[in-house]
Amino acid sequence: MLPLLKQIFLTGFKTEAPPLADAALRVTAQRLEQAMLRKLGRALVIRHVDAGSCNGCELEIHALNNLYYNLEALGIRFAASPRHADLLLVTGPVASNMKIALQRAHAAMPEPKLVVAVGDCGCSGGIFGESYASCGRVANVIAVDVAVPGCPPTPLALMQGILTAIDGHPM
Amino acid sequence: MKLLDCALEFTALPGALAAYRTECDAAGLLGFAAAVKDSGGRFIALWGSDERDRQGGFAVHVAFGIAAGLALVTLPLTADRPAYPSLEDIFPAANRQQRATRDLFGIHAEMAANEAAHDDQRPWLRHANWPADFFPLRRDCDASRQFNTAQEDYAFVRVEGDGVHEIPVGPIHAGIIEPGHFRFSVVGEKVLRLEQRLGWKHKGIEKRFEQMPLAEGHRLAGRISGDSTVAYAWAYCLAAESLTGCTPPPRALWLRALLLERERIANHLGDLGYLGNDAALAFGLSQFMRLREDWLRLSAEFFGHRLLMDRIVPGGVAFDLTAGGDEKILGQCASIEREMHLLKDIYDEHAGLQDRFLTTGRLAPELATALSVSGLAGRASSQAWDLRAQNAIAPYNQLDVRIASHRNGDVAARVAVRFEEVFESLRVMRQILVVLTDDLCRDLIEPLPAARDGAFGIGWIEGWRGDVLVALTAGNAGGIRRCHCHDPSWRIWPALEHAVMGNIVPDFPLINKSFNLSYSGPDL
Repeated sequence: MLPLLKQIFLTGFKTEAPPLADAALRVTAQRLEQAMLRKLGRALVIRHVDAGSCNGCELEIHALNNLYYNLEALGIRFAASPRHADLLLVTGPVASNMKIALQRAHAAMPEPKLVVAVGDCGCSGGIFGESYASCGRVANVIAVDVAVPGCPPTPLALMQGILTAIDGHPM
Repeated sequence: MKLLDCALEFTALPGALAAYRTECDAAGLLGFAAAVKDSGGRFIALWGSDERDRQGGFAVHVAFGIAAGLALVTLPLTADRPAYPSLEDIFPAANRQQRATRDLFGIHAEMAANEAAHDDQRPWLRHANWPADFFPLRRDCDASRQFNTAQEDYAFVRVEGDGVHEIPVGPIHAGIIEPGHFRFSVVGEKVLRLEQRLGWKHKGIEKRFEQMPLAEGHRLAGRISGDSTVAYAWAYCLAAESLTGCTPPPRALWLRALLLERERIANHLGDLGYLGNDAALAFGLSQFMRLREDWLRLSAEFFGHRLLMDRIVPGGVAFDLTAGGDEKILGQCASIEREMHLLKDIYDEHAGLQDRFLTTGRLAPELATALSVSGLAGRASSQAWDLRAQNAIAPYNQLDVRIASHRNGDVAARVAVRFEEVFESLRVMRQILVVLTDDLCRDLIEPLPAARDGAFGIGWIEGWRGDVLVALTAGNAGGIRRCHCHDPSWRIWPALEHAVMGNIVPDFPLINKSFNLSYSGPDL
């Protein structure tokens, strides 16, 4: 037990300052009122759906909760059910096989709901494009508020995208 | 040349890899498969190709791992009755790949007459989202067509008896994970049976290859399973270099190995953290994820990408170690090694953690052999295969990599293999850096010569999860005629179905994480 406590003590605080919102990432104008955004900004719940990614984006989403980015310290956490979520974080081109599952997860969320499309694939279909097996970008299947490019986007870029989705400033 | 005392005459493929190829009939394939099994070899991959524009039919290709290296057997099939004998009896791991090949090409694996009742006719990659008579990988198929999607009614195997019930999970899981469906049949909390339904992420990668130039394919290969981007890109480049007769400069090969070991360590660090977390030691997650983040940041600083995507290109590499890079990397190796020893002691001494790890999710060595399991999970169950140590290509033939191997096959063994592989990779990286600093020739890339239409090459690389295989056929005018990429997860997923039997449902996340298989890799 002692080595464990010593290691925690030696590690200390690592958390870095979060990035600012970036209106350029917005796909559609902010629909939510300021009062609502203030509430969400202090307690945002995210449901992640991988609609067909290469799993590179997932690795960087995982990093959001490490000591450096510490997303939970901002009051933002991931939930197991879309019914508990305010924001849907979607990676990948939407594989045809995942289309219905993604639509259902989106439908299960209570209003008001936000959607952030992640990565070059989520933004445009990326290298996989559209075909018999891929519906392409996330916006082809559900309405998207913010799109974060990158292959994969860095944890900072992801954070910025999430914060942009709950930012009240106009485009 | 002959392999395994079989009548088949193999020819060695050009290039760095010990790979041999032959063409034969159905009896020859079955005979060779049986000989591979008898010799202690393993089934690797099975895929199809459409050769109707060249030879008038289809073909099925099967890759086996034997002591001498990789043996590839091609069986030509007629266009009007494309069928071949199922290999399931000899190698059960062939099941899903045979079903996927049927979905994509409409070519069938046939069971022997006395086994016909066990013939698995269920689709694998095809859910209900394209018609059953639409075969996307046939050359005359217009793969840009889009179809209406529908909910699939899949025939899961039903377990019956008093108190048996089913727990369906997925495709969307409760965490930040890739999609797949697990059907548990349980009594109380005990798992009687798990059946997986995968293929949700199928996005037509193999067809997409056929629209790309050969010199660009490494980018797509590097996005088949993002956590193994280095292994895939290297395997693709190895195949492209084999078929064009290109030899990358030695420095490029040492740099490739440096990246492959960095990728291995990055993934092991993340897994070790999550394995602690899944056994309720959040301390492990925060510590290992900190180390992983430090690791990725250094990758971004010196190699230009946190996950190392697009660094390996056909003919060489797209980066060099900048001045001072070696010192900083060595410094980080030393600090990570020190912390790893510390954390390993904490894991080893933590009674609660070991109680969850030991005997949980056991994959017996005999079963691992029967299921052709290789890679990290295989090595934790006595399957001592590691392409970095056996028939190793340059520069691994000069590195003397030690294989980490355990017998117990439980979560604890898979944790132990990860720890040992991190230490071994750190040792190997130091050796690589010595060569890179001494090495005076700075050439990084050898231009890829034009490929002959129809030329064939193969790449086989030991990624962090297991052996990644890429089989590549050049098309005309610098294009790709066919590219099949094989993820080791194909063969390990069925082993997971067995490893959870008899365990309790709440241990499934821990067992699953201890394998940490790719969904995207085999879904293609």
